Amino acid sequence: MDDGRPETTGWVAVRWLAAFGRFWWDFLIGDTPELFVGAVAVIGVLAVMCLRPGLRTAAALLAPVLVAGVLTASVRRIARKRNP
Amino acid sequence: MGAATPTGAVVLVTAVFLASAVEMVEALTIVLAVGVTRGWRSALQGVAAALAVLCALVVVFGPALVHWVPLSALRLVVGGLLLVFGLQWLRKAVLRAAGLKAKHDEDAIFAEQVAELSAAPAARSGRDATAFAVAFKGVFLEGLEVVVIVITLGTTSHRLGMAAVAAGAAVVVVVAVGLVVHRQLSGVPENAMKMGVGLMLVSFGTFWSAEGVHATWPGSDLAIPVLVAFYGLVAWLLVYALRDATAPGADGLPASEGSSHG
Repeated sequence: MDDGRPETTGWVAVRWLAAFGRFWWDFLIGDTPELFVGAVAVIGVLAVMCLRPGLRTAAALLAPVLVAGVLTASVRRIARKRNP
Repeated sequence: MGAATPTGAVVLVTAVFLASAVEMVEALTIVLAVGVTRGWRSALQGVAAALAVLCALVVVFGPALVHWVPLSALRLVVGGLLLVFGLQWLRKAVLRAAGLKAKHDEDAIFAEQVAELSAAPAARSGRDATAFAVAFKGVFLEGLEVVVIVITLGTTSHRLGMAAVAAGAAVVVVVAVGLVVHRQLSGVPENAMKMGVGLMLVSFGTFWSAEGVHATWPGSDLAIPVLVAFYGLVAWLLVYALRDATAPGADGLPASEGSSHG
């Protein structure tokens, strides 16, 4: 892409970093940001629960329920798009 | 913990083998299209270069993660990564099974690739840059997902070698079948395999991300197959409910809907 700026090492590095960031964004988030946000939220809830040692087994048992909720919400979003 | 027991190892090998097989079926379609239209020499050079880069990524990053990152941090990050990755695979497989998204059609992709490659100008002499680039890109991009799965599952369970061998075995099987049938593998039940991989990735992701924040799994590693069964039931219920809700006059969303994986 010729935008008039000289191809300095720094400029090439910035472009490379931007492409690298864009690749990981597409790879992890893409057009399903709700899955990324949901997974992070689930881990956050588990981390808070695990601060109390007495809740560590309960946190493990709750984990799949929360993850299933994230998946269901994401799938239902598409179903609603199709059948508003 | 994790896949340190035979139960965990079986799930790990199955997940890596299936993921690798699915991605290699897709890569094979591209390579066949390149070979048929542009010639095999440059196509195979592109394949060899891509496989070499993918192997190098596993060799460089796998042991580095094991040696330099603390295990609980590794499990938290890798668990989160597998959770996101697995949810993307599972979501897409559920939507396809429910008829809300077009299934992957290797015949259509092959025809499209052949048409595009035939239209490109022919190489004057020596290496065909177009054939090399398309074959390299096809194998590298499909294989990159496998590399992420091999590194994450392999390092966290301290079975990197086993994960790499499982992925390599899948490549050999797909290539061997491709050589025998001499065409793209359109009869492979790709969506069922993707559903299986998604279930296992989400299960490992749940297990390790919870372990990473110090949750305690009842039954330790035996929780992994229980998680696979639980998520399998959830996926089945979702497909059943969505099919029921969308059955009359279902025309489906285009194949491009959803994330870029699978």
